[in-house]
Amino acid sequence: MTLQTNYIGKPTSRVDGPAKVTGTAKYAAEYNVPNLLYGYVVSSTITKGKIIKIDTAPVLALPGVHQVFSHENVPSLALFDRSYKDMLAPGGSPFRPLHSAEIKYSQQPVALVVADTFELARYAASILRIEYEEVAFETELRKHLDDAYEPGRGKIGFQPPKSRGNFGKGWKEGVAHVEAQFSHHAQHHNPMENFATTVEWLGDKNLNIYDKTQGAFNSQQVVTGIFGLSKEQARVISKYTGGGFGSGLRPQYQLFLAVLASLELERSVRVSLTREQMFSFGHRPETLQHVALATAADGSLTSINHVAVAETSQFEDFTENVVGWSGMLYDCKNVQLGYRLAKLDVYTPLDMRAPGAALGSVALEIAMDEMAYAAGLDPLELRLRNYSDRDQAQDLPFSSKALRKCYHEGAAKFGWEQRTAEPGSMRDGNLLVGWGMAGGVWDATKLPATVKASLDADGHLTVSSGTNEIGTGTYTIMTQIAAESMGLPLEAVTFVLGDTTLPVSPLQGGSWTAASVGNSVVEACTKLGEALLKQAQKMDNPAFSGVKIEEVEFANGQMRLRADATQAIVLRDVVQASGEPSIEAENSTIMAKLEMLKPPKYSMHAHNAVFVEVKVDPDLMTVHVTRVVNAVAAGRILNPKTARSQVLGSVVWGLGMALMEESVMDHRFGRYMNKSLAEYHVPVNADIHDIDVIFVSEEDDKVNPLGIKGLGEVGMLGVAAAVANAIYHATGKRVRDMPITIDKLL
Amino acid sequence: MNSFTFTQATAVAGAVQDNTAHPDAAYIGGGTNLIDLMKENVARPTHLIGLKNLGLDTIETLPDGGLRLGALATNAATAWHPEVESRYPLLNQAILAGASPQLRNMATDGGNLMQRTRCYYFYDLTTPCNKREPGSGCSAIGGYNRVCGILGTSDSCIATHPSDMCVALAALDTTVRVSGPNGERTIKFEDFHRLPGDHPERDNTLEPGELITGLDLPKKGFSQNFSYLKLRDRSSYAFALVSVAAALELDGNTIIDARLALGGVAHKPWRDQEAEALLIGQPATAETFGRAAAKVLAGAKGHGANTFKIELARRAIVRALKQATEMKEVVDTNAFQNSNP
Ligand SMILES: Cc1cc2nc3c(=O)[nH]c(=O)nc-3n(C[C@H](O)[C@H](O)[C@H](O)COP(=O)(O)OP(=O)(O)OC[C@H]3O[C@@H](n4cnc5c(N)ncnc54)[C@H](O)[C@@H]3O)c2cc1C
Ligand code: SF4
Repeated sequence: MTLQTNYIGKPTSRVDGPAKVTGTAKYAAEYNVPNLLYGYVVSSTITKGKIIKIDTAPVLALPGVHQVFSHENVPSLALFDRSYKDMLAPGGSPFRPLHSAEIKYSQQPVALVVADTFELARYAASILRIEYEEVAFETELRKHLDDAYEPGRGKIGFQPPKSRGNFGKGWKEGVAHVEAQFSHHAQHHNPMENFATTVEWLGDKNLNIYDKTQGAFNSQQVVTGIFGLSKEQARVISKYTGGGFGSGLRPQYQLFLAVLASLELERSVRVSLTREQMFSFGHRPETLQHVALATAADGSLTSINHVAVAETSQFEDFTENVVGWSGMLYDCKNVQLGYRLAKLDVYTPLDMRAPGAALGSVALEIAMDEMAYAAGLDPLELRLRNYSDRDQAQDLPFSSKALRKCYHEGAAKFGWEQRTAEPGSMRDGNLLVGWGMAGGVWDATKLPATVKASLDADGHLTVSSGTNEIGTGTYTIMTQIAAESMGLPLEAVTFVLGDTTLPVSPLQGGSWTAASVGNSVVEACTKLGEALLKQAQKMDNPAFSGVKIEEVEFANGQMRLRADATQAIVLRDVVQASGEPSIEAENSTIMAKLEMLKPPKYSMHAHNAVFVEVKVDPDLMTVHVTRVVNAVAAGRILNPKTARSQVLGSVVWGLGMALMEESVMDHRFGRYMNKSLAEYHVPVNADIHDIDVIFVSEEDDKVNPLGIKGLGEVGMLGVAAAVANAIYHATGKRVRDMPITIDKLL
Repeated sequence: MNSFTFTQATAVAGAVQDNTAHPDAAYIGGGTNLIDLMKENVARPTHLIGLKNLGLDTIETLPDGGLRLGALATNAATAWHPEVESRYPLLNQAILAGASPQLRNMATDGGNLMQRTRCYYFYDLTTPCNKREPGSGCSAIGGYNRVCGILGTSDSCIATHPSDMCVALAALDTTVRVSGPNGERTIKFEDFHRLPGDHPERDNTLEPGELITGLDLPKKGFSQNFSYLKLRDRSSYAFALVSVAAALELDGNTIIDARLALGGVAHKPWRDQEAEALLIGQPATAETFGRAAAKVLAGAKGHGANTFKIELARRAIVRALKQATEMKEVVDTNAFQNSNP
């Protein structure tokens, strides 16, 4: 029986699954290094003002307490903002923990108590008395719409929205009009794993830093910047991340505090945040949106207007692409877009799954549903009539766009044609049935990433890159790609990640890891193949002499001639013949970096279409999402099993966004009030019913060699809007203020 | 969390004595509420008294046909006890509507009565709260009071008692058995929890040092016509926005006896005997149910974010009574059939 080593595109169980379910997978707070001290963070109880006095004496008097760090005793650190900037820092001045007496937002970290045990540190923190002088603060976005301003370029990936045509003219040309306001409250990522850092002091300012992050190199960047350490001194390790959703894209303050304490005390230190403190940093910003649409008699859009105003902090301009998608998803000449920020006394918002798009698509896609009713068209038909075959926003052709297939295959699977348009017209017994749909678009991005591939004399391939695994399946898909590239069985391949001693890789986010690292794995393996061929040619094997790399293939554990598969060498033998312990190769990122500087030739995007059924009790107005069909076009699907999981998770996120997720702030205190998982509601199993995921076929040889578009975010788009649209269809109630809780339907 | 000492009590009298001897003592049942409150520094007992070895975890039939639930019986063991399942299915439903399986496995029946409010401000030490710190003010009034009460509130507190189990216990006319420094006594369930009045720091009428030893259910369990309807922000693992325990005794379509209690709306499980009286002797119709609902909510007062609860409660009462009458329609089930074409 020949060995089959084709893995790409095959459903493959997670290679890290056993480690996760048996508990051997270690997370940042689980590295029990010897002589560990524990830090507990003290959070500000006021929202704005300054610290007048910190009474540390009673705390320091407790046996077992080592130090209380605050702005009063922090050593002098880096002076300039740039040292504090991480890879995703937006414009402005990054927040510096324990930097001064000034309080800029509620729950700001103001001190770190370090003690022999976690319990002691927590108790000591609770008796630390801090006197504040409070001043007036502003946390209410609605009161600051007039101060809102257009941000500059700001953060990587942000594109100031571009208008085109003449909105006013298009508006007048239209025969059907829709104008509506949408609001979204802040949301917090709330991954299961709280933020934590364990710093292992190795002596002489050499640190092993186990951090919860979506980018080990990003954590290393700020640590070296702020504390003046070399990269060798600050090794960051992050093998597993218990959910990120964007929260780990910027290093959180426990990293700073743990490193600070370790360097000052010359000890190993762990700092973990509490669930309550998980509400003390970045979040999806509260955002208010206005959408106006006009269509001609045939339903074609004559104008689109989409404006968003979002909160940001006083010190940074957090920017995300909220409205730009409205200039891209549909064919329309006249598009007027606007995006503004208002500064509030809150912490800087942060990317959260499908940042920007998750908000913008809800507004656009609910408005489109409203337009379907205004124009007397089926919502799917309206979208098909406005299908865009060219990216008008960038004025580029799409590298591929199988959204039409998503619409058709999703609708067929769902049974959409049996929908009756009239709200409240469909029933299941006494329950109101509502069917809604929506769609979305997300960037397909590829960034330069370095990968090393190393084959040892036992024939085991180790492929490594300093990327992260945030639960998306990175370990697995990279192992699949490497195994197939080198023609080895999965068991003979190990993918290593999450360590700054590994080749440099970008942050894990933006749905770009599969494409960025995956293609680099292929490149590294190709180079390894070249090295192996070279070595093989030194061996006594006439069939391979003078053969070029294009003429060989790697399959079934062998290197063999494409022209004659019987001419084959076992890879292990090649390494053994070399006399070296292994043969290694690393890809070069020069081409990828040059590529990024060139203007793009294509618009590269993933798309989806979502169909949702809700059942609503007509008296009690309880909503159950009974069916979801999510049809996704995301290029080549590397692993349908982990890919499906990604999209299932996205749907659950979308339901949460539509129906329950909301960080409630009391503006009298400037504080979030539901800072626990009991009161910040995310869906539970009982909320989830049938979810059907369809990956429509989409071949794309332009987006990147593997034809991958990424899946982390696209699956979430359209879900919340489709739920809202389905609720309208069931009840006739149009709710534009998310989440759609029971009180808004009564 | 403060440092504290711990004793595992071996006898009720000893536990009570131990409690009286320590000024800041607390009994601990499953710890599912108390430990949370200690971690948040809302509760700061310096001495904990474990109750597990008191032999109070039994459930036994009483000579008069009633059922005695030991204070230390877990919520799960209670819900799934054969006598509860068959004779007091309303209690079974109410318990299972609460928390999660893990919590119900830990939580005790005594602790369930004693659990404290879920008002957001009660948990956040930086905000004024009369219940946590008498005299500091009530932040929920004029604040985010979605989870707060609409009935029996006062100017000093609008919090709710969050229990589901207690709503059924109230409807079923339970008696609370307690043991204290002055010996044993019983408290009628409706007298157990208090309204906030000027002393929201006091949730109930237990005297200092008193220990709940058991709960006595009378013989009548309304096992034929009952409903526990819980409305919440997600399908499981969320406290009630409004819940209704409805129990009826019917003769044909005529209501012979009725019980009606609400959760999530007041500082105590809200049983309304006047509304019950409006049901008794009447036909089990929507009009009758509507009149009862109107009576229950006649004095209801919204506070902004929770005003919707008045209308929600009205509809929930009518629905729960209807369900209790018909005993067929299951409303908030998760087993939805899909209408796949
Ligand atoms: C996340 C979460 C969700 C929840 N959801 C729900 C829900 O949906 N519905 C619901 O009803 N409940 C819910 N609960 C609450 C749960 O029911 C209570 O926490 C539980 O019933 C308390 O019981 P316990 O034995 O753990 O009490 P403990 O935590 O041990 O004690 C609570 C209080 O009771 C006192 N006490 C305990 N036993 C006695 C006794 N015998 N005599 C006198 N005083 C005593 C203690 O001193 C303490 O003050 C939830 C809890 C959590 C944490
Ligand atoms: S309602 Fe009661 S518990 Fe809530 S803040 Fe007011 S006093 Fe405190």
